[in-house]
Amino acid sequence: MYSQGLKDAEGQLEPAELMAEFQARIDREEKIEPRDWMPEAYRKTLIRQMSQHAHSEIVGQLPEGNWITRAPSLKRKMILLAKVQDEAGHGLYIYSATETLGVTRDQLTDELLTGKAKYSSIFNYPTPSWADIGAVGWLVDGAAIMNQVPLCRSSYGPYARSMIRICKEESFHQRQGYEIMTVLARGTAAQKDMAQRALNRFWWPALMMFGPSDKDSKHSEQSMKWKIKRFTNDELRQKFIDATVPQAEHLGLTIPDPELRWNEETGQYDHGEINWQEFIDVIKGNGPCNKERLQARINAHEEGEWVREAAEVYQQKQNQEEAA
Amino acid sequence: MSEMKLYEVFIRAKSGLNHRHVGSLHASDPQMALLNARDVYTRRKEGVSIWVVEAEQITASNPAQEHEWFDPAEDKVYRHPTFYPLDKEVENM
Ligand SMILES: [Fe+2]
Ligand SMILES: [Fe+2]
Repeated sequence: MYSQGLKDAEGQLEPAELMAEFQARIDREEKIEPRDWMPEAYRKTLIRQMSQHAHSEIVGQLPEGNWITRAPSLKRKMILLAKVQDEAGHGLYIYSATETLGVTRDQLTDELLTGKAKYSSIFNYPTPSWADIGAVGWLVDGAAIMNQVPLCRSSYGPYARSMIRICKEESFHQRQGYEIMTVLARGTAAQKDMAQRALNRFWWPALMMFGPSDKDSKHSEQSMKWKIKRFTNDELRQKFIDATVPQAEHLGLTIPDPELRWNEETGQYDHGEINWQEFIDVIKGNGPCNKERLQARINAHEEGEWVREAAEVYQQKQNQEEAA
Repeated sequence: MSEMKLYEVFIRAKSGLNHRHVGSLHASDPQMALLNARDVYTRRKEGVSIWVVEAEQITASNPAQEHEWFDPAEDKVYRHPTFYPLDKEVENM
C-alpha cells in the first residue's frame, strides 16, 4: 500500500505550482511521506541514496564477518556477532524504507548482485588483522555516525525514522571498536604496532567515506535544498577529523597524515590532500576486495535459494490445508 | 520465484501502550513474518508484543484529499470545552 506514488494530482495544479508547494513544505520542515506528491527527481535521488546506503549495511557485514570465527575470546566473538547482526538489521530497515518509494526488494537485490548498484567504497578494503576490527568499529562506524545523525532530520519521513533507529544502535559499534584499539594500544609493543598499522590502513579510506569533495560533488546542492542532506561532504569530513584526532592521541597512536595540524584560526584541523584517484578506482570496481565482496553476496543469494523455495512451498501447502 | 509478501510491523513497547508502526519486511507466511519481526525490530527489548499485517490488506486515506477530509474538523470549535465561557464562581467543571 505504501509503494504507490501519487503522480496523478487531482488538484490539476501546474507542475511548477506543485514544485513550489513541495519546496515550501520542505522549507517549513514538514516531512514528506510515501504517498505525498513529490518531484520525480526527489524520488530518484532518494532511491539512489537510500539503496546505496542499504547495500552498504549488507556488504559491510563481510569485512567483519571475516573475524567472527577467529575472534580472540568468546566475549569478543559474541560482541562481533551482535554487531554484524545489527548491520543486517540496518540493511533491512533501509531497504523497507526505500520500497515505500515504489521500487521492489527484488529490483534492489538484483541491482546489487549484478554490480549495477554502488555501496560504500570502504567495504572493499581487507581486514587482515584483528586490530582492523577495532579500526573498523572506531573509524568506519564513527564516520557512519557522523553521516547518519543529520539524516535523522532528513525530509523523507521513512528515511529519517529508519535513521533514528539505526543511530540508537550505532554508538555501541563505535565504542566496542575503540575498546579493541584501547586494549591493543596498552598491550605489548607488538600489539600496539598492530593497532597502529590498522589505523594506517583505515584512516584515509575512512575519510573517503564522506564522498567526493564539495567542488566535485554533483548531487550535493539539490540534496541540501530538498533537505535530504543537511551538511556537505566536506563539512561532515571535517567534523569527523576534529572528533577523531584527539581520540587517536589519547591512545598514543599517530594519524598517518604528516600535514595534519591544529589550526588556531579556524579552530579545526588542517589535513593533507586525499588521494581521489584511489577513491575513483575503488568506486569503479578496482579496489582490493570488490570482486570478492560481490561474489560473497552472489553466493549467499544462490545458496539461500532452496530456503526461499521451501518457504514458498510450505506456504502453498498451508493454503491448501486451509482450503480443504 | 516471485517476491515474498510485504508485511507491515506494529510493536507494543510495553503493556499500557498502543501498538505502533515500526517498519515492514518480507515473509512467505504470517508466522515467518512474526519471527523475522522479532529478529529485525526487537533485538534490544523494544517490545512485548508484535502484530504483522499484510501490507496489501491496509486501506489508506488519500493524501491528496487531506484538506477535504480533515479541514471540516477545524471550524468545529464547539467540540472543545474551552468554547464555553464559565462564570468565575463556578468550580469543579
Ligand atoms: Fe550500520
Ligand atoms: Fe554499525
